[in-house]
Amino acid sequence: MKLSTSSNFAKPDDAFRVIVEQHRGLTDEQSAALDAALVLILANHIGDIDVLQQALALAKRTAGTSQQPQQQQQQPQQQQQQQQQ
Amino acid sequence: MQSQTPFGYLRHTDQDRTEADMAEHPVVVVGAGPVGLSFAIDMAQRGQSVVLLDDADRIGEGSRAICFSKRSLEYWDRLGVGDRMVDKGVVWNVGRIFHGPSQIYQFNLLPEQGHKRPAFINLQQFYAEAYLIDRVRDLPAINLRWRNKVIGLEQRNNAVILTVETPDGPFRMRASYVVACDGARSSLRQMVGAEFTGKVFEDQFLIADVKMTAEFPTERWFWFDPPFHAGRSALLHKQPDDIWRIDLQLHPDADPIVEKRPENVRPRIARMLGHENFDFEWISLYKFQCRRMSKFTHGRVMFAGDAAHQVSPFGARGANSGLEDAENLAWKLDRVLRRQSPETLLDSYHTERSAAADENIRESTRSTDFMAPSSRQEARLRAAVLTLASETEFAKRMINAGRLSIPSVYDSPLCSADCDVWHGGPPPGASMPDAPIGGRDESIQYLTEAFIRSGLGFTLLDFSDGGRVDAPEDVEVIRVPIGNGSSDMGGMASERFDAAPAATYLLRPDGYIAARFRHPTRSALEAAVARAAGMN
Repeated sequence: MKLSTSSNFAKPDDAFRVIVEQHRGLTDEQSAALDAALVLILANHIGDIDVLQQALALAKRTAGTSQQPQQQQQQPQQQQQQQQQ
Repeated sequence: MQSQTPFGYLRHTDQDRTEADMAEHPVVVVGAGPVGLSFAIDMAQRGQSVVLLDDADRIGEGSRAICFSKRSLEYWDRLGVGDRMVDKGVVWNVGRIFHGPSQIYQFNLLPEQGHKRPAFINLQQFYAEAYLIDRVRDLPAINLRWRNKVIGLEQRNNAVILTVETPDGPFRMRASYVVACDGARSSLRQMVGAEFTGKVFEDQFLIADVKMTAEFPTERWFWFDPPFHAGRSALLHKQPDDIWRIDLQLHPDADPIVEKRPENVRPRIARMLGHENFDFEWISLYKFQCRRMSKFTHGRVMFAGDAAHQVSPFGARGANSGLEDAENLAWKLDRVLRRQSPETLLDSYHTERSAAADENIRESTRSTDFMAPSSRQEARLRAAVLTLASETEFAKRMINAGRLSIPSVYDSPLCSADCDVWHGGPPPGASMPDAPIGGRDESIQYLTEAFIRSGLGFTLLDFSDGGRVDAPEDVEVIRVPIGNGSSDMGGMASERFDAAPAATYLLRPDGYIAARFRHPTRSALEAAVARAAGMN
């Protein structure tokens, strides 16, 4: 399945707001712990390793934590490896 | 220690031979651990003479490998030692996982009904070795020589020449094939110049075997961040003779010499057990690596067990995968020595078992990474899993305190691809699952028992309501009556093999599925046998 990047919320501002508000008043450490739990919960809800990998690749690229051109080339390879496993 | 049974060195007439007239053996096995012993027994049962060398004169000390899988027990049944292992071993089914002081998860390994052997037994490695050595003594075809240390190896076109050091000095002999089962620090691996690289783990673990007669359930307990060992992990596991295996993960910067002192280990274990009524049997420290040889066969030298691959201990994938190596190699080498199959059949040993080693390394590396997170965010993700696990099923299943060994499914050139439609059952490349078949003979109640009786070659499992498969020559047939009025109790056999009448599975001599057919023809079976024997 392909990662959906079209807008899925009827009210996108509400969705962004509800996430942001959870971090109000938290230390960076607490925020990081919250995000870790949230990622795992949402990943399980998606329940599709291909979609998860696409989401991680997109997040990694846009968060500036991967080398851009290489990452785009590597992505299909990684998926192929996963299928072989 | 009780585990040390000394065996005498005996001079052999091979040692009196001159260089021009050196002794010649079809198979020399190096290393009399569980893998080398099992392999030698397997070969001897197939009618081959085996020289088995070991550089020590005693069984190794300490419990070491303690978890033996169902697959290993089924192999040992074929080697005539399964009952002794199971009678002495501890059968366990329940595992508990704790986070801090509280239990977050409990699992039951209790397998579905209808298997002769349990999922696992716990048994000290020295017992396993002692029973295997007793079995070796029943088999005159095995010549077991203690204090024979291989110090030189030369590959020739048609033989290997070994130089062996003994208390009487060195001697040389020729072997058609050498099987190196000489452990993680294999000297034969160095002699063939093979690389052995992989991932090194920095965390140190302390193993303590303690004897206690206090009541304690026969269960596997695993702690993340326990109150008695803050920030690390711990494992408690029962062995025979009221011995308990305790694994404590140490801080990477802990001083091993200090940590190993009984006066330092004792208070921690007292807090873990809640009492002081125990004595130490054995304390050992280890670090581990996950790595394998890039090729398991080097000319006429084949590597098996820890010599070929090493994994972390979480998952019981060390000794069990070594035994899977032995059962994979024995029938192939036997066929090659008899010239029933070309030497290229041995290539499939590397293909199949190196893929299995990769799988074992991947699984055990994941377990180890879960136990020892390598960054702060990795630690946060693990903490989230452990916390979520108390109220969600998905997080329970993400907790990785060791994924226990199960046999690999081989993607192998020896397999014939399915040509019929199957909705279940073991595919080609998988190992044969057990099932009750309730024969008239008391001693053949399970498929694994019928398989032992069927001999040492290729075997057909013929699921039948009256018809008979047209079997190729020299292929044994196990008839499994199914359908109305058959002895397939509760339909377990037909369900596990997705079998309707006339369904037929072709088993290799090691009990792996080579091919399966809904309605086989003799020519299709012959082609599948030829393929499985490496003859095309």
